[in-house]
Amino acid sequence: MPTIVVEVMPKAVLLDPQGKAVAGALHRLGKEQFSSVRIGKRFELTVDGPVDDALLAEVQELADDMFSNAVIEDVVSITVLDEVAV
Amino acid sequence: MRVGVITFPGSLDDRDAQRAVRIAGGTPVALWHGDHDLQGVDAIILPGGFSYGDYLRAGAIAAHSPIMAEVIAAANAGTPVLGICNGFQMLAEAHLLDGGLVRNDHGSFICRDQKLQVENIDTAWTNGFSENQEITIPLKNGEGGFIADQDTINRLEGEGQVVFRYVDINPNGSANDIAGISNARGNVVGLMPHPEHAVEEGFGPDTRAAMRSGTDGLTIFASVIERTLASA
Repeated sequence: MPTIVVEVMPKAVLLDPQGKAVAGALHRLGKEQFSSVRIGKRFELTVDGPVDDALLAEVQELADDMFSNAVIEDVVSITVLDEVAV
Repeated sequence: MRVGVITFPGSLDDRDAQRAVRIAGGTPVALWHGDHDLQGVDAIILPGGFSYGDYLRAGAIAAHSPIMAEVIAAANAGTPVLGICNGFQMLAEAHLLDGGLVRNDHGSFICRDQKLQVENIDTAWTNGFSENQEITIPLKNGEGGFIADQDTINRLEGEGQVVFRYVDINPNGSANDIAGISNARGNVVGLMPHPEHAVEEGFGPDTRAAMRSGTDGLTIFASVIERTLASA
C-alpha cells in the first residue's frame, strides 16, 4: 500500500527549544561540529487504494489545517512512497 | 447564569473551573467534548490540562473535537468564551484567537504565582477589574510562549486586544510579555495563567496579608456572570 509522507518543521525564525536542548547535549558530548539542531515532525499516512491528485489535494489541506499550525510551523514536503519493501 | 465547562480527554482543571463558577455565583454545567450540545449555556470555559497528552501540538486535537463546531458558532454569535492554559491553546488552534503557543523558551515546565496587569477591562471576562489593575494568579505550563507575526502583534496591541500582560518577569518567552488576549469583539478571551486556582481564601496564591489568601482570579468569573445578570 502506498504511503504519503508529510514533513513539518518549526518556522526558521522561531526558537526551537527542543532542538536547542539536543544541541546542548551534543556539545556536552564533545560533538562540536554540529552548530545547531532543529526538530520537526514526520507523518506517514498509509493509503488503502491509489494515490491520485484529489487525494494529494486532500492531504495538502490536512497538512495545512491539522498536521501543522501556520503560525508556528511550515509544511516542508509531501511525498509519496510506493509499495515499501517490508 | 449557566456557564458550561467542557471536559476533554486529559483536561485537569475542569472541576476547578466549575468550582470557580459556583463561588462566583453562577451555575456550572459540565459539557462533554464528544457531544454536539452546549445545553443552552450562557458562557463557555475551555479548561486547563493536557488534552490528548499535548500530542501533535498542545490543544490541536481537542480543537477538532465534535463540540468545537458548536463552540465556534457560539463564539462567532457573541457568547462569552474563556480559554485557560490548554483552553487558550485550543482557541488559538481553532483560530478563534490570533497567534499560537509554543514551548517555553527556557525549555522547562514552570509553576509559579504570577503577577499580571489587566490591560483591557472591556471584555466579557474582565469588566469587573479596574484599569491596569495588578493581579496575582498561578501559572503552570510547558508550552506558554505566545507568538504571532509582527503585524498581528501590532494589531493586537493597537486594538487593545492584549488583555493580560506579565509583570516583573516574562516566564515563558511570550512576545511583548503577553499573557492573554481577546478577539476583536471582546467575547473570546484566552490566557495562560489559571484564575480558577485563585478564587477562595485558603487555596490561592500567597498574599502580603496571609498565606494562600489570594482570590484575584474570582473577578474573571464574576465579570461574565454579573454583566450577564445586569443585562438580563
